[in-house]
Parts: sequence; structure tokens; C-alpha cells
Amino acid sequence: MTALDASEATAPTRGKSRAWRKLVANKAALAGLAIVATFAILAILAPLLPIADPLQTSWSAIRKPPSWSHPIGTDELGRDILARMIWGARASLSAGLFSVMLAVSIGVPLGILSGYLGGWFDMIVSRITEAFLAMPFLITAIALAAFLGPSLINSMIAIAMSALPIFIRLTRGQALAVKAEEYVEGARAIGLGPVAIMTRYVFPNVLPPILVQATLTVATAIIAEASLSFLGLGQQPPAASWGSMLNVAKNFLTQAPWMAVWPGGAIFLVVVGFNLLGDGLRDALDPRSA
Amino acid sequence: MYVFIARRLLLAIPTLLIISLFVFSLQKLLPGDPVLVMAGEERDPALLELLRAKYHLNDPIPVQYVAWIGNALRGDLGISLRTNQPVVDLIAEKLPVTLQLALMSMTFALVIGIPLGVLAAVKKNTFIDYLTSVLALSGLSVPNFWLGIMLILLVSVKLGWLPASGYQPFFVDPLLSLKTMLMPSFVLGNALAATMMRHTRSAMIGVLSSDYVRTARAKGLSERAVILSHGFRNAVLPIVTLSALLFGELLAGAVLTEQIFTIPGFGKLIVDAVFTRDYAVVQGVVLCTAIGFISMNLLADVLYVVLNPRMRASL
Repeated sequence: MTALDASEATAPTRGKSRAWRKLVANKAALAGLAIVATFAILAILAPLLPIADPLQTSWSAIRKPPSWSHPIGTDELGRDILARMIWGARASLSAGLFSVMLAVSIGVPLGILSGYLGGWFDMIVSRITEAFLAMPFLITAIALAAFLGPSLINSMIAIAMSALPIFIRLTRGQALAVKAEEYVEGARAIGLGPVAIMTRYVFPNVLPPILVQATLTVATAIIAEASLSFLGLGQQPPAASWGSMLNVAKNFLTQAPWMAVWPGGAIFLVVVGFNLLGDGLRDALDPRSA
Repeated sequence: MYVFIARRLLLAIPTLLIISLFVFSLQKLLPGDPVLVMAGEERDPALLELLRAKYHLNDPIPVQYVAWIGNALRGDLGISLRTNQPVVDLIAEKLPVTLQLALMSMTFALVIGIPLGVLAAVKKNTFIDYLTSVLALSGLSVPNFWLGIMLILLVSVKLGWLPASGYQPFFVDPLLSLKTMLMPSFVLGNALAATMMRHTRSAMIGVLSSDYVRTARAKGLSERAVILSHGFRNAVLPIVTLSALLFGELLAGAVLTEQIFTIPGFGKLIVDAVFTRDYAVVQGVVLCTAIGFISMNLLADVLYVVLNPRMRASL
């Protein structure tokens, strides 16, 4: 084992365990993790939970206030709001996670290539990234969703494309910093090619800030999906999503205020969760706060 | 200084070109023939051919782009399908409404965010600091369309204090105009206030631990003079530039706020255009928002240099 291999094998493990210890010592981050985990478990187990059918309408139960049979009331078609909230968590969380995963899976390789290779490729990628960073996130997402057509999948694509420049720029900056490190120069000196260096040395070292950014962007993406669904550009009826539930609820504010309270409260809570977790991860992974 | 501004203006050109290319390409995402969308119910072959010739749709795509950008530079962003008005006229009509909303929201953000940020820094690690942190986190996490709905429910429906929707131009009835805009501005400015609070707190903490503040205290200056004259004056610089940057965000945030409070502004224009498939309007609004956003970024850069003597000296 060379010195290079040894440092690679031990340093990240030490770093990881230190970061994990700092994360679990941070009460706010743990609270964030608990909130996110609760919503995620509810969303995953939705088909198994003893709740009403979220699409089942009932003309005898239209806009009923909370009761034993409907703990948080019913909507304008007599559907159980609790069931729709839990199924809506699936749409909102999956939109947040998948759009960020898509943005990361395109943005990180492009950012690494741009930062490591430099030259004309970097120039083109950087100019395009800067241009898209100059566009407001929601306006880009609305424009894309409008032209792609309203659907949950298209709203996820629109959000991912809007978040993409953030990840390209962040990864490029990290790749530029890592590229100048001695261990990368060492890897080059022992004859490793650009692909091997980028995958084995640059990629693992750019990951921590990407992880933090991804967690915080999930929060933004959940609000963006809810916003698009609220405008009618995301999840389409009769399927449930928190944003589309709010869109309908605003028309029944005086008759059925509970229709608006719960979906918005859920968005707020889950976004708080991701923000707390993201802030905690940033503190845990920041070497300056060691 | 002028060289710096000229250089920044030149750098904005490629950014604008790329954005214009994106806005132009949006049309190409539409399935089918865009002329059929433009013509609406009218399917007369002669009209379709006329529209194809007018928008150069029989030409190769690069030629179409050059024609489109040429028209845009002359102020021709096309005609709205819905109202039959030029898109530029529609935008000019709606922009003042959104600007009033954005200005009032920015005022809210500054009035709430800066004093609370200063207070949090001065009372660092106390109950007040934790409380402002919770407020900031809530401000950043609450979806503004939900906040709007909840405020309508409480302030308008239950208490009857303010109108739930509508718009009155400021110069027609200033008092009613301010009254109708009060809730929307709070909703839109709330997240910004949270961002301001966080930035002011961290800038003030940095400044308050610096040597010159320690010297000012050692000279026997009152705590008020130390905080306001020595601390805040130096911490305010990044806040001013941040305000310019965030003003651009307000234009985007207005989309949802205007929708909830039925304000006939820029944001409502784009949403209505999306649902009536009025694509020329969508393209026009996106292009204008991007230009506004880039201009605010440029202003932020220039302000930073103008207000920072060290930066000015280094130019």
C-alpha cells in the first residue's frame, strides 16, 4: 500500500466518524432528521396504513370538520384529508428528492469535468451556468413546466433543470480547489489518467459540500413543487399533493378553513426539517468548526 | 470606476444572449406546430402560411433565432393571443403594479430584518438570539402562498381588518392602495426579512469582534454609539448589496403572491398566460424578468464598489 493509498483509506473514515459525531450531538439537526424521517416513513408506508382511500369521494361528507371518522376533516368532494395528506407526502417528498437527484447526477459530473479539464469546455459550461443562475429559480421552473405540459414528472424535470446550475457551479469550484491539492498532483505523478483521478480523488472530495447543498435544495424543491402544483402545473387531480390541495382549499376558506391549514403546515414542517438537517450537516462537515 | 461598470456591462451581454437562446428554445419544446397554437381556432391555410412567413418558421432554426432576437431588440416580443395586444405593452402595463409590491416588500424586509439581525448579534447566544434564529428559520421555511392564505383567513375573514384581494393604483387612492398591498407585501417580504436577519447578524458579529470596535469601547464610547456608529455602519455594506440582489428575487416571488391576492401584476400575467397557452407572453415575461434580475445583479456589484472605499481605491 502506498502512502497515498493509506491516507485515502484512513483519513475519510476518521473524517466521516467525526462528522457523524458532530451531527448527532447537534439537537436541531437531530430534530430535523426526525421530522424528515417521520414524513418519509409515512409516505413509504402509505399503502399499508389503516387510512381511508384518498380518492374515495363521498357526497354525504363534503367539507366536514374534524371528527372521529375524519380526524382532520374532509375536502370539497368528501375525501378524507388525512389520507390525502399522507399520499400527498409521497408526491411532495418524491418531487423534492428526485428533482435534486437528477440535478446532482447531471450537475456533479459536469462540474467536475468543467473544473478539472478547464479550457474551452469549462468556458462554455461556466457561461451557460452563469446565465441560468441569473434566472430566478421559480420563473425558470414555471416556464419549463408551462412548455413541457402540466404533470408531476414534468414539474420534477423543471425543478431539476432550475437547480442544475447551482450544483454545476458548486462542484466546479470544489473541483478547482481539489485539483490544486498535493495528493492530486501525486496521483498525476504516478501516472493516473484524468478519468481515474476525477473518479477516485476529485469526486469523493467534492461530495461533502454537495451533500449539504443537496439537503438544503430538497427543501427549496419541495416548496417549488408545491408552488407549481398550487398554480396547477404540477400534480394533476384527482391525485393528491400538498400544493394542489392548497390550490383547491383557497376557494373554500370561509366554509372549510381546515382544508388549507394542514397541507401548508405539512410543507412548512418538512421544509423546516430539511433546513435544520442541512444546517446541521454543514456544521458537521465544516472542518473550521472542528 | 467607469471602466469597471463598462466591463460588467460587457460581461452581461453573453449572459443575456444565452438566456435569450433559452427563451427562444422554449417554443421548440412545444409538441406539434407552433403556428397551430398561435392561430388558435382559426385553421385557414392562408393564415397559417402567413404566420409561418411572419415568424420565419420555414427558415432554419438559427435564422429563426436571429429574426426573433432582432424583433426583441426592436421591442417587438410578439402579440398576445388572449388580448391581441403587443406583449411589450402588456408588460409595461403590469410592471408598475409588481414594482410597487416589490418595493413595499423590500421595505418590510429591511424594517424587520435589519433591526432584528442587529439585536440578535448584540445579544448573541441569549434567548433573544435563539428566538430570532427560530423566526428566521420559520420565515425561510414557510411557503409564502400558504402564509398568504392563512393571513387572509385571519386578518380579512375573521377580523375584517384588511381587504383579502384586489388592487388600487397608488396615484388614484394612496391610502386604499397601501391598505390592499399591506398583506401581500408582508407575505412576499417575509422570506427576505429572514435572509436579511441572518446576514445582518453574521455581519454584525464579525464587525463587533473587530479591533476598532474594541478600541471604540476602550475610549469609553457608549454602547449605543459603538453599535450604531462603529458596528452597524461597517456591517451595513453587504446588506445593501444583498438588498439589490434580493430585489430581483422579489420579481419571481411575486408570481404566487399576486395569484393569491388577485393582484393584476407581472406574476399574474405569466400564470394567466401559461393557462391560456399564450406563449409569446410567457417568453416575454421570462425575458424581462431575466433582464431585471441581471440589472439588479449589476447594480449590486456597482453598489459594492461605490460603497466600499477599499474596493474603490483598488480600481
